[in-house]
Amino acid sequence: MTQTRPALLECNDLWKVYGHNPEGFVKAYAGSPSAEDLQAHHMVGAVRKANVKIYEGEIFVIMGLSGSGKSTLVRCLSRLIQPTAGELIFDGQDILSKSDKQLIEIRRKRMGMVFQHFALLPHLTVLQNAAFPLEVQGMPRAKREERAREVIELVGLKGRENYYPAQLSGGQQQRVGIARSLAVEPDLWFLDEPFSALDPLIRREMQDEFLRLQGMLKKTIVFITHDFDEAIRLADRIAVMRDGEIVQVARPEELVLNPADDYVSEFTRYIPRAKVLTLRSIMRPGAVDGTAAGTLSVTDRVESIADEVERSDTDFNIADEDGRTVGHIGRREIIDVLIGRGVNA
Amino acid sequence: MSVLDQDLKTPIRLRSLTWLRAPWLFWGGLLILTWAVSHYAFDIYRALDARWIIRFPATWQPDFESRITAFMDWLLHDAQLFGILFRDVTRAISAVIEAPYDLVVDVLVTGLQQGIGQQAVQILPPLSWVAVIFTVTAVGHYTKSWSMAVLMGLCFTYLAVFGQWESAMLTLASVLIAVPIAAGGGLLLGVLAFRVRWVDRAMRPILDLMQTVPVFAYLVPILFMFGFGPVSALVATIIYAMPPMIRVTIVALRGVPEELAELGRMVGCTRRQQMWKVLVPSAKPMLMVGVNQVIMLTLNMVIIASMIGAGGLGYDVLTALRRLDIGGGVEAGLAIVVLAIALDRLSQAYAGRTVTQKAAQSQGGFAMRHRWSLSIIAVILVTGLIGAAASWLQTYPDALVINTGQIWENAIGYINVNYFDTLDAAKTFLLTWFLLPVRQFFVGIPWPWGLMAMTLIGLRVGGWKLSLLVFVLTGLIVLSGLWDKAMMTVYLCGASVVIASAIGIPLGLLAASNPVSNRIVGAFIDTLQTLPSFVYLIPVVMLFRVGDFSAMIAIVAYALAPAVRYAAHGIRSIDPQIIEAGIVSGCTRGQLMRRIKLPMILPELLLGLNQTIMLALSMLVITALVGTRDLGQEVYIALTRANTGQGIVAGLSVAFIAIIADRLLEAAAKRMRKQMGMA
Repeated sequence: MTQTRPALLECNDLWKVYGHNPEGFVKAYAGSPSAEDLQAHHMVGAVRKANVKIYEGEIFVIMGLSGSGKSTLVRCLSRLIQPTAGELIFDGQDILSKSDKQLIEIRRKRMGMVFQHFALLPHLTVLQNAAFPLEVQGMPRAKREERAREVIELVGLKGRENYYPAQLSGGQQQRVGIARSLAVEPDLWFLDEPFSALDPLIRREMQDEFLRLQGMLKKTIVFITHDFDEAIRLADRIAVMRDGEIVQVARPEELVLNPADDYVSEFTRYIPRAKVLTLRSIMRPGAVDGTAAGTLSVTDRVESIADEVERSDTDFNIADEDGRTVGHIGRREIIDVLIGRGVNA
Repeated sequence: MSVLDQDLKTPIRLRSLTWLRAPWLFWGGLLILTWAVSHYAFDIYRALDARWIIRFPATWQPDFESRITAFMDWLLHDAQLFGILFRDVTRAISAVIEAPYDLVVDVLVTGLQQGIGQQAVQILPPLSWVAVIFTVTAVGHYTKSWSMAVLMGLCFTYLAVFGQWESAMLTLASVLIAVPIAAGGGLLLGVLAFRVRWVDRAMRPILDLMQTVPVFAYLVPILFMFGFGPVSALVATIIYAMPPMIRVTIVALRGVPEELAELGRMVGCTRRQQMWKVLVPSAKPMLMVGVNQVIMLTLNMVIIASMIGAGGLGYDVLTALRRLDIGGGVEAGLAIVVLAIALDRLSQAYAGRTVTQKAAQSQGGFAMRHRWSLSIIAVILVTGLIGAAASWLQTYPDALVINTGQIWENAIGYINVNYFDTLDAAKTFLLTWFLLPVRQFFVGIPWPWGLMAMTLIGLRVGGWKLSLLVFVLTGLIVLSGLWDKAMMTVYLCGASVVIASAIGIPLGLLAASNPVSNRIVGAFIDTLQTLPSFVYLIPVVMLFRVGDFSAMIAIVAYALAPAVRYAAHGIRSIDPQIIEAGIVSGCTRGQLMRRIKLPMILPELLLGLNQTIMLALSMLVITALVGTRDLGQEVYIALTRANTGQGIVAGLSVAFIAIIADRLLEAAAKRMRKQMGMA
């Protein structure tokens, strides 16, 4: 569905190797040394031959356990660190060849980033923190504070503009971090495990908040997490990483239905199907015989409509994105999913 | 280096040195051998008829002293830097320092004057004592709380009431100049080192050296370059106080969380914005700790600096000490202590300021936010105006000054009269049974054996690189013909360090054992460390007169703090699970201490010992005033004669001893940590 949109950021055969003379090493192996080659030369392949396309307006989640290279990858994508080899294209331009000055310009105007531990400047108030990216650009004070107030209100912290970070709870601090990253109205929004440092309940709340914001803003998002539940909840597409390699890139549903290997299926095994599967993948083709109880969308997840369908004695029609009826669904299909019967689980 | 390479190397080294590896054999053997050589050195010389064994021949000495003196002469008179006379450079530096200093002195002490000398006419009076006290009180409240304000007010009122006002203000003036320059300069150099790798590399050994070189070593050249006067004193103070600030800056900047640096880059900071808008402000709490250190070091220098021309409280103490004026010395010394406590607490409070305070203070309208600055200006104006008519408001009236000099004199006199026997007995006991034997041992060591023993120790503790360093440094001391004096230094320092550790480590263990004792010991140690080093000398000299014993007590008092601190810190940083494991295994308290805690804190103790030695060495030179006969005395003599060569050579010799001790202990601590798998 999203694939039709243009890619805002793409990387081709991206490598980040640590060790002695990494550039020469990667070149010597014709741009793709194997895991054994790396080990033999005491090199660490933090990111190995990553190929990623991120389309405009999608939430692209990079998911992996600690040490899988996801943080390194996102730092390569934002060029916080210089990749060892490969190609990085942002909005049609090769940004690996950009000078520091050009890079500063791109970051000031087009990128925003939210950090795991918030990275708030302790000596600045909430307002000043949110206005910081604009201050760095040299925007006059009145103007930048006006903009900062807007984003602070957007994240629901109105009234706390003059607090210092240390006076806020973790969730509130991350709201400031989000407000700050949005102050420049970035096209590309990086979130590096933004909710990992928060308590579970707050995390949930912040995820809802994040979805609410994205519903309004429609940014292109690269979201890092180690939490598969979180990935499933938020992602349009997920890239699963392991040992520096991207194992699979797929929609959450595909990931659950067709895991690329045992590693991915290990993750998906205990994920309740109802949370992931959309009606598209379980509907029966054709319209309902007789009268339908109602119409649902192919993008609805089972979880969200299960109650409604289960209570109804008659089946529902299912419409695709354009409103055409493409299938129908009844109590039985829903129950199959809920108790894990039939669907290849 | 790969793991493989290391594996190949170690066994070879092991094999060739196995005989050195049994610890007790090595240390015990070395000690006994050294004792024997030291004891029979004279007989050996007789037997071999080789006088060079006990006295390094003058003809072998390259005469460092006169060469350095000649070099300094050339530097000052003929040397050119890019076509500018070196002399002009030093003059420019003094002008830059002198101008603000004169201004501050005008404001605090003399008032703005027109004309010179006798014809000078005062145009504006200096700040009145009332205004100064009000200002510091206000600053105290602004930084922390009312209790801080009261403390500041009391401290400064003390200075006025006990008649130390003018000297104290002069000292305060030099602090006010030295601290910003030292802290600012340290910050800039630290930033530079953080940014530019080769600067960091180049600066590191210099900083190491600066930390171990006693102040006296550069007092003489500074005196030579800047002449006798407050500027020299300020330059020496700044040089002394700056290195810790540089170190703290580098550490603080490195300690800024990586995420904050990334944030700066992500929002598109230029390098300058990254440094001054992100890194430095984020590191501010730690930087403030550095500023606090700078303040304390500046106050520590107050008395030493008065030897090359600083006035104020330090000068008062120095003259009192020279005249053996007990009362005057104690009075001025106490005033320094009071000033030190006030400034220490104030800067610590500033470093610990919380955001809540900051937030609270930015509330309200202009007058509310600036109520303190406004009221300070008001008080200054009012006291200035009324003070012209009512002089008691301008200067604290002499009639109300409380003079405590006589009281101190009487107190010391009383102790001397009534407890002389006890004190003297204690002194004689320690001298006969401890100090003199140790002295004989060290002074008797002939230089060839000393050189060899040190090299062996270096080899044993840290391998051939360290051993080479130790050999070269010891060799330089020998070459300069100062071996005997160096051994005197080692003896005095060593004996003091042993005593300081014997007192300090148990105190540290006690402090770590429960919160109450921690607070008591902590307060005691804080006070000890806040006191400028010279202050210890005054009462000690009064009670025990001049000599090694007095020097030793002063050194012990000064060097005690790190021993306590490191022991306590070591115990506290032991993983509680390990202690619990010990308890669960059924250890008694004694066993816990002996079998678990002590072995685990050994590396920490060594570092504490290291610090103790450094402090002891820096104090050694000060104790030259009470008539020791070591390298410190050599420097002191050089200072009074303005003999640059002698001063630098002797100063560097002390520095070499310090470096040797530092490297040996560090290597030993590292080895131990490695053995325990803590590295």
